[in-house]
Amino acid sequence: MIGVFLLIPVLLMAVYSFLTKEFRGGVIWDFTLAAYDQFFFNRGLFGDEPPVIEWTYISIFWRSIWQAALATVACLLVGFPTAWFIATRPPSQRSVWLFLITIPYWVNLLIRTVSLKFLIRDNGPLNEFLMGLGVITDPLPLVNTNLAVQLGLFYSYLPFMVLPIYAAVERYNFALSEAAADLYAPRWTILREVVLPVVKPGVVAGCLLVFVPSLGAFLAPDLLGGAKTYMIGSLIDEQFKGSQGNWPFGAAVAVVLMTLVLIALFLQARAAAKGARE
Amino acid sequence: MSTAIDIRSVVKRYGTTTALHSVGFEIGDNEFFTLLGPSGCGKTTLLRCIAGFEDVSEGQILLFGQDIAGLEPNLRPVNTVFQQYALFPHLSVIDNVAFGLKMKGMALDARRARAGKMLEMVHLSAFADRMPAQLSGGQQQRVALARALAPEPKVLLLDEPLSALDLKLRQAMRVELKSLQEQTGITFVFVTHDQEEALTMSDRIAVMSQGRVQQIGTARDIYEGPVNRFVADFIGETNLMEVDVTAISDGMADVILPGGHALRCPAAATTPGRHHLSIRPERVSLADGGEVTATVERVVYLGTDVQVMTRLPGGVPLSLRVQNSARIAIPAPGASVSLHLEEGAARLLAD
Repeated sequence: MIGVFLLIPVLLMAVYSFLTKEFRGGVIWDFTLAAYDQFFFNRGLFGDEPPVIEWTYISIFWRSIWQAALATVACLLVGFPTAWFIATRPPSQRSVWLFLITIPYWVNLLIRTVSLKFLIRDNGPLNEFLMGLGVITDPLPLVNTNLAVQLGLFYSYLPFMVLPIYAAVERYNFALSEAAADLYAPRWTILREVVLPVVKPGVVAGCLLVFVPSLGAFLAPDLLGGAKTYMIGSLIDEQFKGSQGNWPFGAAVAVVLMTLVLIALFLQARAAAKGARE
Repeated sequence: MSTAIDIRSVVKRYGTTTALHSVGFEIGDNEFFTLLGPSGCGKTTLLRCIAGFEDVSEGQILLFGQDIAGLEPNLRPVNTVFQQYALFPHLSVIDNVAFGLKMKGMALDARRARAGKMLEMVHLSAFADRMPAQLSGGQQQRVALARALAPEPKVLLLDEPLSALDLKLRQAMRVELKSLQEQTGITFVFVTHDQEEALTMSDRIAVMSQGRVQQIGTARDIYEGPVNRFVADFIGETNLMEVDVTAISDGMADVILPGGHALRCPAAATTPGRHHLSIRPERVSLADGGEVTATVERVVYLGTDVQVMTRLPGGVPLSLRVQNSARIAIPAPGASVSLHLEEGAARLLAD
């Protein structure tokens, strides 16, 4: 039943992507491939030239995938040790640590992102602090950079990495590590050959939970980035705003994005199934 | 007999509690040595100290003359069979068995061949490509054994490896373990709380209680010559009673049984006074004209045996085991019987 309600908006979006755009927003119920054509091909200013591949949107996609992948790696590098730390505390302390991890997420994402911008802007506390220490003489230009967007994504999605890994590590049987050590495996080998393969489902879940929303994120790139860090989320967001919007095009971009994500999930599921069979 | 493991006054403390109080003994090469005791007696802690999962607080552990105190577990030439097996769930049976060989740097073909041989030895060749989760408990147990034996350790440590199996399987595995030990010639250090397991497999047994070794010896030594109340009570069934000792000399004591019968028996105690006497129930028989009279209180049918629970004059309980045979008439509750204490039935304990 819930599935139906999840599916309806997705179908609606798919249908809209094949309709004709109305000026001032909205759609006209005329079937057309114009939105997809606009995404993939360039037919000149008046649409009468032979089609060449339109790189504008593809490169936005590529940049978004790249940014999301980077954010995922950053979250993994910090999230895994964090999850490990929490899962290896005495049971009574674990819930306190988990609680501390989730506290910042009681605040609205928009507020948090704006706060982050205040924190890192030219005359913000971070730059003031560093200049006060004498580490730097001029403020670090952080806002409107890739780094700022990364920071935003990292900050927004870190718990989604920590929680599933924590769940996996908490279930991990540490006798396995002892068995590996007993069978002559040094520390790092135990991590690589035993711990990681066993907690892999948690790591994969965490990576997906960070990567997918990072790919479509628009608050962090919008507020913390600039023109150079324009991501898919902002592109879609713009299509549905004001009279400049283009609903079918926005829907088409979303459909392409969703297709990519589904393909990635499918490949991952197939690899996991293959791994389980081996 | 050369020494495989030399444990020298090992003390293990956890904060303020002491798990091992200055434990010291030697385990010989090729020996099947058992650490026996109730849970919490320190037997598993001692095993973990040998494996390297715990550091000793004081003392030394020598493996073939080499002090292994500071060595990480992966640098010790000992392997462990874990209580819950701890098989790697993501690796097939054969890869589990080959894990130690891989870590030792053996080439893929060589280690697969050797792992295959180990699986043959534990009769699991047909299961090489299964995952551990697809095996029964007994099969997982044998994989764990093959995995620990594959790198040819000098010493194999077994931490209650049979406790998770059902009775039939446990009995079969006892025989299998013992023959494996004889085949491979590897020193086995076996931890268990099951005295029957200890008695049937071990060359020697160390009985432990409250972080101390109570007695070390062969199964027969310990069963027939327990030094104290704990050992007598823990190993097998026994009747324990307080008796007066009139004289002790040359390891023999004159004691007065409840009811007044005087008896001469081997003694672990060295001073006269009040001590505990252990009487093994299977060494007491029903005999006309026996030296002790008692009143039958209850008769328990056990199949091969019948347990006859009696009371000596003064109400001291004494139970005996009688073979379930057509030749022996089992008395009814309430009857007065005369009993004969066979050679070695009674032993005076030290505390």
